[in-house]
Amino acid sequence: MDIQTWFGYVVELLPGLGTAMQLTGISLALGFPLALIFAVAIDTLPKPFNWIVVGVVEIGRGVPLLVLLYIFYQGLPQIDIIPSAMVAAVSAFTWSTASYATETIRSSIQSVPKGQLEAASAAGLSGIDSFRFVIAPQAARIAIPPLMGLAIIMFQLSSLAYVITISEVMQSAYFLGTKTFNYLPVFLAAAAVYASITIPASAVVTAVEKRLAKHV
Amino acid sequence: MIGYILQGMIWTVVITVASFAIGGVLGIAVAGARTAPLLIVRGIGRAWVEIIRSVPPLVWLFVVFFGLAEIGIRLTPLQAAITTFGIIASVYLGEIYRGGLATLDRGQIEASRALGLGSLDLLTKIIAPQIFRTVSPSMVTYGMGLMKDSALASTIGVVEMTFRANQQAQTTGQGLAAFAIVGAAYLLLSIPLGAWARRADTKSRLKYVVN
Repeated sequence: MDIQTWFGYVVELLPGLGTAMQLTGISLALGFPLALIFAVAIDTLPKPFNWIVVGVVEIGRGVPLLVLLYIFYQGLPQIDIIPSAMVAAVSAFTWSTASYATETIRSSIQSVPKGQLEAASAAGLSGIDSFRFVIAPQAARIAIPPLMGLAIIMFQLSSLAYVITISEVMQSAYFLGTKTFNYLPVFLAAAAVYASITIPASAVVTAVEKRLAKHV
Repeated sequence: MIGYILQGMIWTVVITVASFAIGGVLGIAVAGARTAPLLIVRGIGRAWVEIIRSVPPLVWLFVVFFGLAEIGIRLTPLQAAITTFGIIASVYLGEIYRGGLATLDRGQIEASRALGLGSLDLLTKIIAPQIFRTVSPSMVTYGMGLMKDSALASTIGVVEMTFRANQQAQTTGQGLAAFAIVGAAYLLLSIPLGAWARRADTKSRLKYVVN
């Protein structure tokens, strides 16, 4: 086992990395706006209705993502809905992302002092305007670093899509492993592929966190 | 079907409890390394934490189960799952301990040294009881995450809840029912833990915030 062969494995896993990024990107693009809607809905809808949203969020956070994946991919066919693997994966990942992000967004909105809202309405801003121009910018400053952290976690979790036949990094690694019988180097190559994204990304999050914390 | 799936709960609990226990003990070493006086020890500790955390748990699980077998270390699926999650837990729990240590007044350690306490006494009688209050809610939250992660063990063939639900889905075609049951089981397992964490959290705040 020489280093060149090992790099060959890394290169063979790169197309899978593209799929993983795609899955993560789509799920974040759908999940974050959905989380904002959920967060606002929980705090503004009248009682029995906001419980439904709370229920959706609690299921999304309390049930393992692996089980959510299976619910969409192997569960829905029982009621004659047959999603493709990618649709099932995006649905499960979006649900999970939205659920975790809802809590982050809610707590960041609540952390903006009440006086800000009172001052905004005293200054004659409408409800929507005071949210958009006064609350949201301040809440965003608090929410952005943890949401970036969540994005990294979701990228790591994209490895789970392997179980529903999506050809991301783990699926490619598994095939490569069964082909070459070099399981250890192959899975370590997969580890390196993930780390090559998550380590720099975490460094960026730390930097952003420090920068934003300066102004709080 | 319900009975068959829920029988797997025992393995979900075994994996969670065993890896939490292993991680809880090894985590002391991780926190110790991360706060060691020697720069090189701190560096190794930090690198270890970064490496473990930057790779998805599923990848580590496959490295331990399939990878180690190749170099002659053959673990059963259960052993592989407990080993993997135990190591991962040691990193996360170690970081939680380190956060707790940061809240401890340095004078406490200096005073114990001045009184001639040994390292073990320092750890078990001075540090642990004081930081336990601050770290226990985070530890419970982590434990809940670990329980959900234990579902990954199904991918290497541990016959726990998710594995059994998968079997049922494939043999009966009632996937929705099977996974709804297993989903509800995870929720039921995490609700009491969550409630306990919140209570412990408010309690510790009530008691120990003086000013």
